[in-house]
Amino acid sequence: MKMNTYPSIDKRLSVKDIVAQLESGMTIGIGGWGARRKPMALIREILKSDLTDLTIAAYGGCDVGMLASAGKIKKLIFGFVSLDSVPMEDHFRAARVQNGFEVMEIDEGMFQLGLKAAAQNLPFLPCRAGLGTDVLTHNPDIKVIQDPYHGEYLVAVPAIKLDVALCHVSEADQLGNSFIGGPDVFFDEWFCRAADKAFLTTEKFVETSSFDDDAKIMRMPIERSLVAGVAEAPLGAHPTSNGPDYGIDVAHLKAYNAATGDGWADYVKSFVETEDYLDAVGGAEHIRSLPLPIF
Amino acid sequence: MSNFSLAELCIAAGAEIFQDETPEVFATLIGLVPRLAGSLAKKTFLPGLMMSDGEYYFVSEPVPVGPRGGYQPKREGQIGYERVFDLIAKGNRHAFVGPVQADRFGQMNLSVIGNYNKPRAALLGVRGFPGNTVNNRTSMFFASHNTRALVSGEVDMVSGAGYNRDRYPVGKFPPGLDHRRIITNLCVMDFEGADHAIRVRSLHPGVKIEEVIENTGFDLVYADTIAETPAPTDEQLAILQVLDPHNLRATIFKGNPAGIRGED
Repeated sequence: MKMNTYPSIDKRLSVKDIVAQLESGMTIGIGGWGARRKPMALIREILKSDLTDLTIAAYGGCDVGMLASAGKIKKLIFGFVSLDSVPMEDHFRAARVQNGFEVMEIDEGMFQLGLKAAAQNLPFLPCRAGLGTDVLTHNPDIKVIQDPYHGEYLVAVPAIKLDVALCHVSEADQLGNSFIGGPDVFFDEWFCRAADKAFLTTEKFVETSSFDDDAKIMRMPIERSLVAGVAEAPLGAHPTSNGPDYGIDVAHLKAYNAATGDGWADYVKSFVETEDYLDAVGGAEHIRSLPLPIF
Repeated sequence: MSNFSLAELCIAAGAEIFQDETPEVFATLIGLVPRLAGSLAKKTFLPGLMMSDGEYYFVSEPVPVGPRGGYQPKREGQIGYERVFDLIAKGNRHAFVGPVQADRFGQMNLSVIGNYNKPRAALLGVRGFPGNTVNNRTSMFFASHNTRALVSGEVDMVSGAGYNRDRYPVGKFPPGLDHRRIITNLCVMDFEGADHAIRVRSLHPGVKIEEVIENTGFDLVYADTIAETPAPTDEQLAILQVLDPHNLRATIFKGNPAGIRGED
């Protein structure tokens, strides 16, 4: 009797390998929130690439700001772009006043419903958010419908389907299982489910057996079948935080914020094109000592 | 001679917002005045008020503002961002926020100034204002009461919904639309005029109605005799010292003016 042998699963690859699988014109969702747990190593790799005309969907921070200053965004799907404790993101703001990209600006709650609709293969999910606001004025494609049971008017948030989702996690294995160490998993799992493929960067790779642990197992929201590839990127969220390991690099973000216009080329030279990013930003020990943000 | 600042007067007025709240309302408090106001309410008459540490945990007592020393938040539960949207939709929440602009309908702007497609300035985005305003109680704080903040016509980009019937299908307000107070450096306003018109509820000590009218871009409802915003009590001031040990409240208004106009 013939027995098929199936190859064992190994999704490990490099940050460069992940970006090589992206294409211009793609719709890319980015996990994290503001200045917290953004896959910045991947963003810097995208900045080094020829990728362009991207539709970006994110609870945005410097991920969106950098892509905006690099001219890579064709359309932005967002509820805000902010650096959290530094409230304004000046790269996004500079691009926005230049009409640098199309916008689909929606309520934060509508955004997560759009991801959930895509995740569940639904064309839309209903909500009240958006009624009475200019979200509807500036997004004429978003429809107001009537509840089929009682006739109330509701907003039909269209599914936000992604080609790719990019997220940063604390630990991952070769099968694509992942653990998020920080207290908030944000909406990463919904980005991954709304996408055709999810790619993760992880602080470190671990054996599958290390997830068999009460402390970890309840913070593994991304089922591995969503994950196409995982790359190791220690400190890969910098300058955003990756709780509980390292906080937001506020000093770096302030300097980055000031590097709009003429300053952007210098920022790219120093921090994107550099051969040794960790050295350029003050070293691993400095990053690990960054205090977690308090609000 | 007042022993309280204008900032402390406004914070105490902000705490009073929660007199009309449910016992276990979840308070989202954006900015120093809202945060201290909600904290003060929780420490006094509304101990059941639910608040977070600013991020992911429900806390049993308000987290003091500023550098914490060794202070550890007293966690009593989890409120990650996904759960926040569920709680918003369920409705038992009060969002006390600081928009850039508001108008006569109580519509708020946090997104852009000027034309939407080519703005003069970009701010943050609509954030959660659309969902907050049609599902939860809303109050606002403005540090500077002037016609750039409280605008004529409508705000440049309606991020937070308000009482403009023309913007709703068949002119019907969503059931959760429920705006409460606007607190500024001059006065406290509410939405209790006819058809939810904005009304001056109290004037801060030493402020005249003429100054409020001159600095508001829309018509206001007000009585012949307008109440004075109450001074904070000694008990409230003592609690504020614990909630804000580094006196960050002194930075809310330029020059940290006294609570009674003309006394500094």
